[in-house]
Amino acid sequence: MSREYETVIGLEVHVELATKTKIFCGCSTQFGGDVNTHTCPVCTGMPGSLPVLNKQVVEYAIAVGLATNCEITRHGKFDRKNYFYPDNPQNYQISQLYLPICRNGYVEIETEKGGAKKVGIHEIHMEEDAGKLIHDEWGDVSLVDYNRSGVPLIEIVSEPDMRSAEEVIAYLEKLRMFIQYLGASDCKLQEGSMRADVNLSVRPVGSDKFGTRTEMKNLNSFTAITHAIENERERQIDIIEAGGSVIQETRRFDDNKGESYAMRSKEDAQDYRYFPDPDLIPLDVSQEWIDRIKSEQPEFRPQKMARYKEEYGIPEYDIGIITDNKHMADIFEEATRICGQPKKVSNWLMVETLRLLKEKNMDPEDIRYSPAHLAALIDLVEKKVINSSVAKEVFERMFEDDTDPVKYVEEKGLKQETDSGAIKAICEQVIADNPQSVADYKAGKEKAIGFLVGQTMKAAKGKADPGTVNALLKELLS
Amino acid sequence: MELSQMSALQLGKSIAAGEVKVKEALDAVFTAVDAREAEVHSYITIDREGAYASAERVQQAIDKGEISSPLAGVPVAIKDNMCTEGLLTTCASKILCNFVPTYTATAVEKLQAAGAVILGKTNMDEFAMGSTTETSAYGVTKNPRNTAHVPGGSSGGSAAAVAAGECFYALGSDTGGSIRQPAGYCGVTGIKPTYGTVSRYGLVAYGSSLDQIGPLAKDVSDAAAILEAISGYDEKDSTSIARKDLNFTAALKDDVKGVRIGIPRDYFGEGLDAEVAAAIKKAADELKAAGAVVEEFDLALVKYAIPTYYTIADAEASSNLERFDGIKYGYRTEDYSDLHDMYKKTRSEGFGPEVKRRIMLGSFVLSSGYYDAYYLKALKVKALIKQAFDEAFKKYDVILGPVAPTTAPKLGESLSDPMKMYLGDIYTISANLAGIPGVSIPCGKDAAGLPIGMQLFGDCFKEDVIIRTAYTYEKIRGEF
Repeated sequence: MSREYETVIGLEVHVELATKTKIFCGCSTQFGGDVNTHTCPVCTGMPGSLPVLNKQVVEYAIAVGLATNCEITRHGKFDRKNYFYPDNPQNYQISQLYLPICRNGYVEIETEKGGAKKVGIHEIHMEEDAGKLIHDEWGDVSLVDYNRSGVPLIEIVSEPDMRSAEEVIAYLEKLRMFIQYLGASDCKLQEGSMRADVNLSVRPVGSDKFGTRTEMKNLNSFTAITHAIENERERQIDIIEAGGSVIQETRRFDDNKGESYAMRSKEDAQDYRYFPDPDLIPLDVSQEWIDRIKSEQPEFRPQKMARYKEEYGIPEYDIGIITDNKHMADIFEEATRICGQPKKVSNWLMVETLRLLKEKNMDPEDIRYSPAHLAALIDLVEKKVINSSVAKEVFERMFEDDTDPVKYVEEKGLKQETDSGAIKAICEQVIADNPQSVADYKAGKEKAIGFLVGQTMKAAKGKADPGTVNALLKELLS
Repeated sequence: MELSQMSALQLGKSIAAGEVKVKEALDAVFTAVDAREAEVHSYITIDREGAYASAERVQQAIDKGEISSPLAGVPVAIKDNMCTEGLLTTCASKILCNFVPTYTATAVEKLQAAGAVILGKTNMDEFAMGSTTETSAYGVTKNPRNTAHVPGGSSGGSAAAVAAGECFYALGSDTGGSIRQPAGYCGVTGIKPTYGTVSRYGLVAYGSSLDQIGPLAKDVSDAAAILEAISGYDEKDSTSIARKDLNFTAALKDDVKGVRIGIPRDYFGEGLDAEVAAAIKKAADELKAAGAVVEEFDLALVKYAIPTYYTIADAEASSNLERFDGIKYGYRTEDYSDLHDMYKKTRSEGFGPEVKRRIMLGSFVLSSGYYDAYYLKALKVKALIKQAFDEAFKKYDVILGPVAPTTAPKLGESLSDPMKMYLGDIYTISANLAGIPGVSIPCGKDAAGLPIGMQLFGDCFKEDVIIRTAYTYEKIRGEF
């Protein structure tokens, strides 16, 4: 390679918003209903039906815009994007072209070199999602499910400010953090609630002109995005080095094969005949509305991390993991507020919670137990009502269905044996039953006491405090 | 009085008083249908069974005192572009030949709640595109006053049904004059209310920013009462307006003293038939004699109304009609090789020539490179036309003029020359562009005995003053 090339990347990120109902009708946005059950005349494009804007969609879009330093459009509109496809029941998508809700923002990311960099946001607009085609491989027919039709989306369009896959991932992570913290979406790439299209071009280092860009779709993980960027950069450089020129086109990346192929070129580009949707009235956003949304913005991760360090004194590693997910951070803060034991709360999150999440292939978002129950569990251990191994058992149950640990311990009779007479009797029995270990211990094998403690715990069905048992055995054997 | 001669309100009163049973009213209407329908062809769908079933329910509700609307039990015809649950709704197009809606339009629902009995769905120009009801895929409707002539359009079936006594009143829709012009041609009364007064939910859209539903009726009192029944804010229509002044029947006063009436000079230029002009001037003189202040004035921008209208309406229509694709409902072509081929054939076979012409025009004015020059410019002119009316309404309460340049043309005369047909909309379309209300009321007949319609415009939300003026004129005019 004779020259050095710079990669220029801009992203179009689609995020499915977490509203309960669709953007233009009252149908549920829930996943997993039977086909065409979350539908009505509006989201199936019935003749005569009309859209009515869901205000919560605007609220989320403004919240994301404020978090990403955007200007909020005070007088906005929705436009129709006209194109024929069966998943699009009206054959036009209601979107925003001329007056998007947010413009001219930026997100600050950390670069590989450790510095801060601003990635510009050109605009954020609101639009409706399409339905889903289901191809019957045997019957030679395709069917349409309109359950997703009309689910609200925002599209966040960045400026071409990123120069590497690392910067792209940092930008996406930052966006995801903001959006998750705002509760505007769960941003799951695999499930499609966050989708990124990558616009990429290359140019010789030092050039101030952009090269011809391609757009890559079907990227449903950070790994796929990284691979696609590296792959496309190489592909474009190879073309240029071979004396050819890059064609402006949309490409689909296949992460299994590690390569992309052309979907459509610019020449095939459709004329969407955008025009303002006459069925919707202009969207006027008052300063009061913006102010209220601003006042309700949560504490975002960077501030939260600093505060945790200051306020709770837990390790930075723990802070990083806990604040990575707002739901987890919320549980941490609330449980700590109740029980006053930040380190213990953190331990339950870092060890048992993460273990179970991994085991069950769940996201932190899906944690079901309440902070109050976690605090109660910590309290039970603290007060020696149960020992730590019983606590783990109780926790697993709590993790499953938010069982109240106090009730559970009571009902299952898991309380530690606190009657020292009863424990002493068990210890004496164990000593009597294990003459060899007793002899070993007395001969100076300190480890033998461990076996005896284990036997005692077993005999007590786990409901004794191992420390107490240990002390008692030593006393009896001395 | 014979049942069929009664107005909707007279019938409603007799039914409420127990003098007439709802079933008797239906019998009378179906007698008229049996006598005239074969010749006039007002309807696409007649629902006798449904009408009698609903008559029985309504009669019971009236007997129990559950409904007290002045229209309770009165049979009505609905234009076939309003969705009626379980009842075929075709928009007079082949592409919706088998479309049975799963829901009912808000305006129709409101009538049902008021105890109206739906007779069926009336013929119209395909997707309300046309001025003669000749673009229907289900045959032409004839003018009941003279069956060699068209009834006007696009709500020609509704106007003809009222004029022929095939219903007591009807609903129509008006995008560029589609209620007022056929009312004028058929000698009945029609009102297009202020944009946003009647919900468009369930009205199959033509030009969304211009479409309004309104009544076609035997007289002004009926029209006011019907409009009152169907008006009101609807949360399902973002463009509907929460108005408090919907008591239109309160405006039925025989008094025009001091009402300032302006007559645009531009409306009396080239193309206006002399007999029509004379009838309008006579009506204006009669209102003056009754105490109105009448004068001529120059309304600006009249000649820009037609190109502006066809640009905006067709642009919106080109997008609104995209959903008719053979995928979800309606007609689908028999034979196709792939998706694109299916779309192409379905739409080529499903739409008639006038609809295709407007889809093409509309697609063109929205296409990249032409959007600013046509569509955006038309929107700007629309705003200027609204301003011209704002200026006029500073001086006048009512703007008076003809509904159409001529009386109803002969069948088959118009479609061969679409430009001429479009120019016939000159007096009606500006009301849609400005969003203002307009009433059409018969004011005479030409030498051939065809009705002449007079049109009254009011400012936005001023239906009351045009209803009052029309009502007063009706008293002066006498029986039509």
